[in-house]
Amino acid sequence: MLEIHNLSISFQRNRASFDRETLSVVSDISLSVQPGEIVALIGASGAGKSLVAHALLGLLPANATMSGEFIFKGKRLSPAGIQELRGREIALIPQSVTHLNPLTRVGKQVYRSARLSGRCADTAHTSCDRTFARYQLADTVKSMYPFQISRGMARRVLTATATAGNANLIIADEPTTGLDPEVSEQSLAHLKELATQGKGVVLITHDLENGVQIADTLVVLYEGMTVEITPARALEENDLIMHPYTRSLWQALPRNGFMSLPPTPSSSTLNRNGCLFAERCPQARPGCRQSAPSLRRVNHKLVRCNHVAG
Amino acid sequence: MKTSAIIHSFWLQKVGRLMLTLALVATLAFTLVNLSPVDPVTAYLGMDRMQIGQEQEQLIVARWGLDKGPVERFFLWTGNALKGDLGRSMIFNEPVTEVIAKRFLTSLNLMACAWLLSGIFGFVLGVLSGLYKNSLLDRCIRLYAYTVASTPSFWMGMVLLAIFSVQLGITPISGAYPPGTTSADATMWQHLHHLLLPAATLSVIGIAQIALHTREKMIDAMNSNYALFAMAQGDSRFGVAVHQALRNIALPAITLQFASLGELFGGSVLAEQVFSYPGLGKATVDAGIRGDVPLLLGITLFSAIFVFGGNTVADLLYTKLDPRITNRSEPL
Repeated sequence: MLEIHNLSISFQRNRASFDRETLSVVSDISLSVQPGEIVALIGASGAGKSLVAHALLGLLPANATMSGEFIFKGKRLSPAGIQELRGREIALIPQSVTHLNPLTRVGKQVYRSARLSGRCADTAHTSCDRTFARYQLADTVKSMYPFQISRGMARRVLTATATAGNANLIIADEPTTGLDPEVSEQSLAHLKELATQGKGVVLITHDLENGVQIADTLVVLYEGMTVEITPARALEENDLIMHPYTRSLWQALPRNGFMSLPPTPSSSTLNRNGCLFAERCPQARPGCRQSAPSLRRVNHKLVRCNHVAG
Repeated sequence: MKTSAIIHSFWLQKVGRLMLTLALVATLAFTLVNLSPVDPVTAYLGMDRMQIGQEQEQLIVARWGLDKGPVERFFLWTGNALKGDLGRSMIFNEPVTEVIAKRFLTSLNLMACAWLLSGIFGFVLGVLSGLYKNSLLDRCIRLYAYTVASTPSFWMGMVLLAIFSVQLGITPISGAYPPGTTSADATMWQHLHHLLLPAATLSVIGIAQIALHTREKMIDAMNSNYALFAMAQGDSRFGVAVHQALRNIALPAITLQFASLGELFGGSVLAEQVFSYPGLGKATVDAGIRGDVPLLLGITLFSAIFVFGGNTVADLLYTKLDPRITNRSEPL
């Protein structure tokens, strides 16, 4: 349904009045989402996953420049053309209740979302009611303000707001952060349900566990680059042919030994000529710091590492 | 029942604060007037003082109670003030309360006009400025606001007078109605005509503060999470401004506007002086210059109540308009 090829995002930053520097924050990210598929974008904070989401929605700040190719339902879109789709074809489930207007009643916000997706007043009301019913939100919730609802309810309201327009591609930004296990489960179950209905879902998370649990495909990001694209079940099947970074994330999970890597060097001192992960990589060799690896196909995965063999 | 208890304690607290404020203001004002070098008798008689004898002067002093000590006079005045008697104005030869009531009504027209104009225009300019941040429009509005914010109101009044009354001759020079008529005779149009320049002076300056404040709030609102989410739903920047941001920034703007009544009052003192507008501000200056102590103290107390009232209205509006405060006591 959606394909992104070679997405790069950079920022212009003013150092002095006429001196500008360009910071490249996301480079060469490619991914594709099929109907009914959940693709998890996994990475630490600062890896660029939220920027990719904002790029998908055409909501990058004004000082950002974006290059790359978007193909949505077989049609090529200019990076700016993607803006036409937001709300109608692409919807965002944001992270927290702060994304709701604090002074507007919940029901009105869901209704407005339905209206913005192009519905007329009548059908917007029906689709608003339908989403409320689907997420087991009582009618009384409609007249509540965002500060009056619980966290679990907030997740459902945000999901309802995002799906009221019946978009085909859903981007979920950190759907489990700061939630207790029960609400987290429920939140992920709702995403799974959307995928079963034939919608494409992009799940943005820093928690590999989330991805393994519900995603079909994992896209692992490191310092703004895709380091690996792999089917999610490959990890559970203990298929160890993977990028050293993915493997370190996997081994850092409590159930897999809780092993962590040395901390990230600051991105300004990062050697951009070689492999970005070389500084922290347990298997780094002298050659890794000289030439940057490109994404290559190993078995049925894409891996950005010169030393992974099939 | 719980809510009514909250409301009860709110008002109790407000009244307590008002009493405390008034007591402090009264004491301070009385002390200052006592320390002032202006002698009420000289100020009252002016050049005539040369022509009256020692006995007559003693008579005036005794009649005004100036022969008593300051502490005794203070308690005498406070006792009367508590009964609602603020004494007689020397220069208007009327009870102080009546002078204030009459003068305040004249000032009210002026202040209400200036307050509404500056509130509405300031808010609109602030919204536009924040929405189109760093555009040419925003730069112009900012330049205007910064310039005007650092302009004294009496100077602005004189500039407007020089342009519109002296050069162009389209507005009257002074007063609240044409000379030779009384307030009752003058038509509404004449009243408005005379109101034009003083109100413009006050609002031209009042706009700056509210516009700059609203601009900051607007920029914050447009960068907020809820604005981002609304745009992700397909709303345009303008749609977000109207449907999401406006309500959020109107609240602090309204509060600010009510809280700025003190500045408005202070500004009107200067503006009324420039335009010889017969309002409370002009009466304040006259009372000060001519040593009309009862009137001066009366106006001081009144202005304290006025400003306090403005702040209280702001508090009340906030609790009524912001659901986060209104519904705080409701269960989940």
